[in-house]
Amino acid sequence: MGSQTLPKSDETPRRTSGAGRTWWESSYYGVIGFIDSGFSRLQKLIGIKGMAYVFVLPNLLIFGIFILLPMLLNFAYAFTGGNRLLLQNRPAVGTQNIEQLFQCEDLLDYTSCREDKFIRAIGNTTWFVTSQVTLMVGVSLITSLLLNRQIAGRAFFRSVFFYPVLLSPIVVALLWSWILRENGIINAWLVGVGLERIPFLTTNFWARTWVVLISVWSQMGFYTLILLAGLQAIPSDLYEAADIDGASNWNKFWSLTLPLLMPTMLVVLVLSLIRAVQVFDIVFAFTDGGPGTATLFIVQYIYDVGFTTSQRLGIAASASLVMASVLIVFTLAQIGLRARSGEL
Amino acid sequence: MTAVRQFLFRTQGEDRLSAGDIATYLYLLIGTFVMFGPVIWLIFSSFKPESELNRFPPRLLPYTQSTIELPGYDDPLPLWEVTREDGSIDIVAEVARFSVQYQMVDPDNPSMEPETVLLNNLERVEEVRFSLENYAEGVISFNFLRYLWNSIFVTVVATLLTLLVNSMAAFSLSKYKYEGRNVFFLIMISTLMVPLSVILVPAFLVVNSVGWYDSLIGVIVPAIATPTGVFLLRQYMLTIPDELLDAARIDGASEWRIYAQVILPLSAPALAVLTIFSVMWRWNDFLWPLIVLSDSNNYTLQVGLNAFRGEQETQFHLILAMTVLTLLPITLVFAFLQKYITTGIATTGMK
Repeated sequence: MGSQTLPKSDETPRRTSGAGRTWWESSYYGVIGFIDSGFSRLQKLIGIKGMAYVFVLPNLLIFGIFILLPMLLNFAYAFTGGNRLLLQNRPAVGTQNIEQLFQCEDLLDYTSCREDKFIRAIGNTTWFVTSQVTLMVGVSLITSLLLNRQIAGRAFFRSVFFYPVLLSPIVVALLWSWILRENGIINAWLVGVGLERIPFLTTNFWARTWVVLISVWSQMGFYTLILLAGLQAIPSDLYEAADIDGASNWNKFWSLTLPLLMPTMLVVLVLSLIRAVQVFDIVFAFTDGGPGTATLFIVQYIYDVGFTTSQRLGIAASASLVMASVLIVFTLAQIGLRARSGEL
Repeated sequence: MTAVRQFLFRTQGEDRLSAGDIATYLYLLIGTFVMFGPVIWLIFSSFKPESELNRFPPRLLPYTQSTIELPGYDDPLPLWEVTREDGSIDIVAEVARFSVQYQMVDPDNPSMEPETVLLNNLERVEEVRFSLENYAEGVISFNFLRYLWNSIFVTVVATLLTLLVNSMAAFSLSKYKYEGRNVFFLIMISTLMVPLSVILVPAFLVVNSVGWYDSLIGVIVPAIATPTGVFLLRQYMLTIPDELLDAARIDGASEWRIYAQVILPLSAPALAVLTIFSVMWRWNDFLWPLIVLSDSNNYTLQVGLNAFRGEQETQFHLILAMTVLTLLPITLVFAFLQKYITTGIATTGMK
């Protein structure tokens, strides 16, 4: 610890000296050198192990203040009531908030609940997560399998499917509400083939369906890329060996591709699951939870309760707690599955 | 021609397209249409005048009524086709209108007395024109340059800080053995899946009490300690041999120099991936800036577009044009860097 001889601050190590540096390299080394003059002195004081703490400190500090502390606060808020903002002004109410959230005559009928919107949001989110993740994994898998074939223009198509990933949720929502409006292009096409116009955004069924479809549209490119990487990591000599054994394409898919792709599939499944539970901004700009509460999902419920007119922070924090526990279950499941597949 | 043939038929090492290949191309072409079609439709729509937008069924190209400048009239005059009683068709220019009665002059003879024509004999003369009027009118209340600047500022500063802070932490967690290291790592990883949206209320209160409400720094700082980034970089740095560090120490390099001049350059691929992720997260971030920012001068593009949508309600021609402006920057970036972005995510993206 600290026993090493350190260079004087104005000395630059040999490997960095030499001509032919570009301007940004020289300025990078200039900044490094400048910071080093302070850090070397610090290192003399606290030693190499001390520096390890110095390096981890900024991240830990920001993490502690803006993620860990809010998490603990969230716990505290979940058990307080009233409508005051600051924690010290809020009376402790025990588990009343959480009980209130689930206070129902019949849990399966959200209209019988005291916080009917919360139960409705949970039901909606469950439905959304199941259908969206299924569709997402299915479509991404098919697309990646096709992109993995020996086709011309593969890089182009890969980019095509990825492009919507870069569009912001607000843009995606505005884009699709333009296409789906009563006078929009899809209705024009429906009329063109002799059908009736459909008010997509104001009927429960269609609003819910399109929320799933546009979220898949906007994110599938990301999962396709990950699956494609997984497919390309499968050694090609395995397929050659299967060919020698006379395996059909179908056989190769079921007993080679799919099992070897499983770890990647798992990553995609968990990532899309977690993102689906958190769905908010696309829906916020697309239907704003409507019509009625048909597309009200859990994060929007938290946002509505905590930040709009009513400001019932205790209820919002309790709902967050419920959601966080679900996410933690997913995370633990992933870790467990990974550990198991690691053993195999 | 043969080159095209060879290129297209370069499949499965055979000389002809199999049924599977045809189905693949069909799927990919439909996919291209589904992915790009909506955006192209939006772009075409954004050039249409309001009257054209309300037309049903809509037309793909932006048509506007043709106009003509005539001596003796200050403004350009709209052109109409008039069907005469004998069935012949003339082109006339509109001078004035009283309900369904239109005052028309002959464009070839503008000094003549105007004639009166009824609307049901008239048909607009139209041309395809990509007019920038919607854009010009939109930017009056949609402060595009301001929002763009705020978005760029947030994205660039947040990404640089994320890279710096995360890589320093990852360096410490991967290359040193010390008390508490595993605890730090576990705490961070356990929140990998818990997003800011879950702790919205208290996170807002913390930012508020630090005095960062309605400031860009309040948007930037709380999310720079990303567990994903630390995890990604740490996994990568673990593969860098410790002998390199020892060699640098023997050369007399300080720990800071080892980090900045040995570890960082060697972690470039992982840093590149984190850069892509961070830019994507920050550019498209919506919920957090929506809560933190209140003065419209501080809005990022996404928050600004959302507010604009609320203000304009049914002014679709303006909303469409501003939506196109908002998607333009990231589209340009993607057009130039798409190869790096897609391969970057595909190769080291997710472990």
